[in-house]
Amino acid sequence: MTALTDDTLPMTPRAMRDEMIVFAVMALLLASVPFTGVYPFFVMQALCFALLACAFNLLIGYGGLLSFGHAMFMGTAGYCSAHALKVWALPPELGILVGIAAAFGLSLITGYISIRRQGIYFSMITLALSQLLYFIYLQAPFTHGEDGIQGIPQGHMFGVLDLSKPTVLYYVVLVGFLAGFLLIYRIINSPFGEVLKSIRENEPRAISLGYRTDQYKFLAFVLSGTLAGFAGALKVFVAQNASLTDVHWSMSGEVVLMTLVGGLGTIFGPVVGAFAIIAMQQYLAGFGQWVTVIQGSIFVICVLTFRRGVVGEVAHYFRRSL
Amino acid sequence: MQALYAQLLVGLINGSFYALLSLGLAVIFGMLNIINFAHGALYMMGAFVAYFLLNLGGINYWWALLLAPIIVGIFGMILERTMLQWLTGLDHLYGLLLTFGIALIVQGVFQNYFGSSGMPYAIPDQLKGGMNLGFMFLPVYRGWVVIFSLVVCIATWFLIEKTRLGAYLRAATENPTLVRAFGINVPRMITLTYGLGVGLAALAGVLSAPINQVRPLMGADLIIVVFAVVVIGGMGSIMGSIITGFALGVIEGLTKYFYPEASNTVVFVLMVLVLLVKPTGLTGRAA
Repeated sequence: MTALTDDTLPMTPRAMRDEMIVFAVMALLLASVPFTGVYPFFVMQALCFALLACAFNLLIGYGGLLSFGHAMFMGTAGYCSAHALKVWALPPELGILVGIAAAFGLSLITGYISIRRQGIYFSMITLALSQLLYFIYLQAPFTHGEDGIQGIPQGHMFGVLDLSKPTVLYYVVLVGFLAGFLLIYRIINSPFGEVLKSIRENEPRAISLGYRTDQYKFLAFVLSGTLAGFAGALKVFVAQNASLTDVHWSMSGEVVLMTLVGGLGTIFGPVVGAFAIIAMQQYLAGFGQWVTVIQGSIFVICVLTFRRGVVGEVAHYFRRSL
Repeated sequence: MQALYAQLLVGLINGSFYALLSLGLAVIFGMLNIINFAHGALYMMGAFVAYFLLNLGGINYWWALLLAPIIVGIFGMILERTMLQWLTGLDHLYGLLLTFGIALIVQGVFQNYFGSSGMPYAIPDQLKGGMNLGFMFLPVYRGWVVIFSLVVCIATWFLIEKTRLGAYLRAATENPTLVRAFGINVPRMITLTYGLGVGLAALAGVLSAPINQVRPLMGADLIIVVFAVVVIGGMGSIMGSIITGFALGVIEGLTKYFYPEASNTVVFVLMVLVLLVKPTGLTGRAA
């Protein structure tokens, strides 16, 4: 198996410092959004997708596993959070927890089934499982089929943060995103993350060193799915609805595209990719179906000429890991 | 009882499409090591080419059965020459991503020009009407689809498993370098194989045009079921794809009769069950 990424540089204090600087710049830029003229709804949406793409990248970029059904975690968490908020009238923080718990449970089951096969079979199984869920959600009463769950109350987080105020909601989403991002960063740079990378590079060798690679991959799958669920639960507050589009396989394809554009196996790539794709959808909405064609072309161009992605190319040019 | 037979027939017909599509996927996977995500889009193209031939060129169904697979097959070979061949030696995830992009482009272009609604394609005169079999009424065209696709499947199996050309193909899958040393043009063979697999998808498209309407997304949803079929069958053998395809179509038809709510999901549920018992699929080789 050829390497998916160019990330062969050792983890040195200098690399660590670079990444911390970039992270600080990113956090500052994002924190200053409400003071600029940028439409906060757009940034919030992009942040949710960025977190989803980062979670997805944890699996493919560091574990070498291409999940083609990652939207199912976002969609499931979205539906469960929305239901908890609207029908059970739970406060926001508990609503988010319900969503995360649902995604955790789902990733345990789907991970157990899919991790037994490798390569493209793994991708196809995750894709089929997400389509199975799509049909279930289409028919299940609590999701309201094609209508989705709408008009979700935003409520007061911890009883004090009024999420119906755009600025408050923005900072809550931002803190959620940064927390998720740091957690993923921590996972990648832990001993667990190192083993994961070694599995990506050469699984037989990792096995011969005595690692139970299936268990590592399973854990990575569950972590990734649960974090994707966190993104889905946050998105409920931004969009104020949960619908079938979030579970459909074309959404999973979009997540793959975001990560690919930004750079597989780079830490900041999925964030850049998510912002690029969401901005594209926002500004190209007038082109109708041509957006699909443009997305498809980006896929083709990235795979043929630009496999490192935006961040991957930059990092390669400066010989840094980002 | 009538309804049961009718659903069985629908199941057999869907099964023929599953078989033709998963067969094409297996042929392509064997030679190129690529899961052809564009397969559904090429199936859709086959139906559209038949539609154009009829409405723009006045060329009838019978010629479309021959011409559409050739035209789409040539399109496929161009794709292989211009794009897919550059992925040789890379992680096969890239093949999946590239063909996914191609599928988006093809579907998007067709959606732009034809919207999402379907267009009818008339059943050819010779295959109109039906037969009363005593226990059920069999529309001739539907019977034709099942028999014709069975014949095509077996012919493909024969071509690959029993002929000299097929032997070269299988040898090149095992060891391309060695086969090349015998003076066989392996890249050209790969291109032709991709054309053959794509042609099978287009043929299924033409067959389906008079039954289902011709619409841009007709392949997009079907292909995921076919992937599930492939996972269940294991893509280990050509015969495995054919048998699994037909069998799952029938099972789906039976579910539609006995418990319609599950008819959309039964193939996926079966996939989960098979994987729990036998992670390599029914006839599978290790991935």
